[in-house]
Amino acid sequence: MRASVDALETTRVLGPGQTSAVIDDTVHTPVLAGPTRTPLWWWAGFGISAALLGLYLVSVVHLITRGTGIFGNNMPVAWAMPIINFVWWIGIGHAGTLISAALLLFRQPWRTSINRFAEAMTIFAVVCAGLYPILHLGRPWVFYWLLPYPNTFGLFPQFRSPLAWDLFAISAYATVSLVFWYIGLIPDLATLRDSARSRFQKLLYGVLALGWTGSARAWTRYMRAYLILAALSFPLVLSVHSTIALDFAVSVVPGWNNTIMPPYFVAGAVFAGFAMVLMLAIPLRRAFHLRNVITMRHLDNSAKLLLGTGMIVVYGYAIELFMAWYSGVEFELYMAYNRVFGEEYWWAFWALIACNFLAIQPLWFRRVRRNPVALFVIAIFVSIGMWLERFVIIVVSLTRDFLLSSWFAYVPTFWDWALYIGSFGLFGTLFFLFLRLLPVVATSEMKEMIYHDEHHGSDYFEDIRSEYYGEEDRT
Amino acid sequence: MPQYFPPNVNAFVRWSILGGGAFLVALLIALPIYARTVNNAVGVPVEQPIAFAHNLHVTQLGIDCRYCHSTVEVAASANVPSSHVCMTCHSQIRLGAPQLEALWLSWEQDLPIRWNRVHDMPGFAYFDHSAHLTNGVGCSTCHGRVDQMAGMWKTEPMTMGWCMECHRAPERFLRPRSEVFNMAYQPPSDQLTLGRELVVAYDVNTNKLIQCSTCHR
Repeated sequence: MRASVDALETTRVLGPGQTSAVIDDTVHTPVLAGPTRTPLWWWAGFGISAALLGLYLVSVVHLITRGTGIFGNNMPVAWAMPIINFVWWIGIGHAGTLISAALLLFRQPWRTSINRFAEAMTIFAVVCAGLYPILHLGRPWVFYWLLPYPNTFGLFPQFRSPLAWDLFAISAYATVSLVFWYIGLIPDLATLRDSARSRFQKLLYGVLALGWTGSARAWTRYMRAYLILAALSFPLVLSVHSTIALDFAVSVVPGWNNTIMPPYFVAGAVFAGFAMVLMLAIPLRRAFHLRNVITMRHLDNSAKLLLGTGMIVVYGYAIELFMAWYSGVEFELYMAYNRVFGEEYWWAFWALIACNFLAIQPLWFRRVRRNPVALFVIAIFVSIGMWLERFVIIVVSLTRDFLLSSWFAYVPTFWDWALYIGSFGLFGTLFFLFLRLLPVVATSEMKEMIYHDEHHGSDYFEDIRSEYYGEEDRT
Repeated sequence: MPQYFPPNVNAFVRWSILGGGAFLVALLIALPIYARTVNNAVGVPVEQPIAFAHNLHVTQLGIDCRYCHSTVEVAASANVPSSHVCMTCHSQIRLGAPQLEALWLSWEQDLPIRWNRVHDMPGFAYFDHSAHLTNGVGCSTCHGRVDQMAGMWKTEPMTMGWCMECHRAPERFLRPRSEVFNMAYQPPSDQLTLGRELVVAYDVNTNKLIQCSTCHR
């Protein structure tokens, strides 16, 4: 039966033939299956991730024992790979928050089937991101010196510095994302607890479900708490990456000191995040037989967001160059010239334009937006492009600053790359554990949507959309 | 539906959440208090290979600080004397005394005595003795009455907060240059007036004193 349902692709938010039982079956059964029934792809993915995590841990140990000298950073490029990777990871997290909070508040029903894994992605990306500034400190074990606490230094953090804002932005982001994700999980954990067979599962999900009863009163309070948390995390979509942009914008370095940085960074973050959502959703819907849960509509919508935010980012590139010319400042002009035609890094800028501007243009066409393979490839390009964007902004601006005598070409070392490639392992390990132990789709919300769909149609704008999409009839 | 947990688990969880919160708050209060109580081992004598008595050498015998700590006025480090300096006297007096075993050994083998550090500054803080002496910070301001100590210990915690007490308002502690080696120096009742005059006279750049890079280079 599953094979026949699998074969159909649909553009509806909810595929045909979905009932509460079918949702439970597709989502919860793989989670509750015994260890021997873990699919091979899981072991392969987990194994590769764990190996990369090993590389990460080796790099961290090497970093702590030898110090930050193992990286290629040196004056004037004091910020290089660790910060590039930090911004890259934290940007990826943004799509999760946008989907879980902003789309919930805007009442977009299509968020429901992708919010769970997107939120997990956010948290794991924030974990990867948050470790970089700490590791980059040189003395990571005293990272708590960044916090305002009654220390014996007679000092408080410098609250005028965006680096102090960073700390609060990221820790607030990590906390709210984690709480939001966990609150969302509770009803599903209770379902898992109730259908668990082994004693281990009963205890694990029993403890995690916090005694959820599913009574009407519990649901009322739950929904209210969920909405409040959504309202709390919505500003974070905008604030976190704005703060990170201010790390650059507040400085005096040509190429950093731009007022456009905060909005342009936020758009870039959502752009990178949706690329990652697509890179995860496309294999997931195949592996978990979720084509009727994460449908063509989800891919189509994500692709539209990718295109929209991508074009904002491209506008940002244009404005950066325009402002350099318009300012008439010699150093800004040279920065712009060096970024585009400089002998050392011209390729980074043009590769960035190829990945972030040219590669997303096919998304104007509906056929491309509904082609999972094409979307996957474009998403990979965007992820590379967003890494290059940070490389161009951070490294290329720093290599040639005001003083000719301090010009310096930056070359990443082996350990720069090891810590970066290794962080994929950290992300992957966490993500594969999540896939194995927790439901990848928010089933309680899906069931609510199924009920709604049966009785009222999927949402208020169903007719308008079905006209636009030329949908098949609801069955 | 079967129940996996006994009913009192609910109360247990509630109290653990409360208790966990209370524990965190208690920890946040206790750790800073602990740091200030331990106070970097202020007043705790440090074991040394030779029980060198500063009070005997300084107060009874009248040796100047600079006889042993010879570079204190001109260099960052005050200098812990080599065995040769000890031997200027001890080659003549108290020969073969068992208390000085480590000194004889060091002399014979031409190896330094392994003194234990009392004021252990972290490597990222650049402290300069000469800068402090030339600007009117006396020995006893930081080291206390070493001339009365039989052993050696810290009289001040040497935390950054303690440094900053003076770096933020040096006029509270400065004394005339002629008095810096006076271990019995008492500040006058109008210390602030004197201190402000000295800040001007010694050209102390009070703005630079609170810059990070003054001590963390």
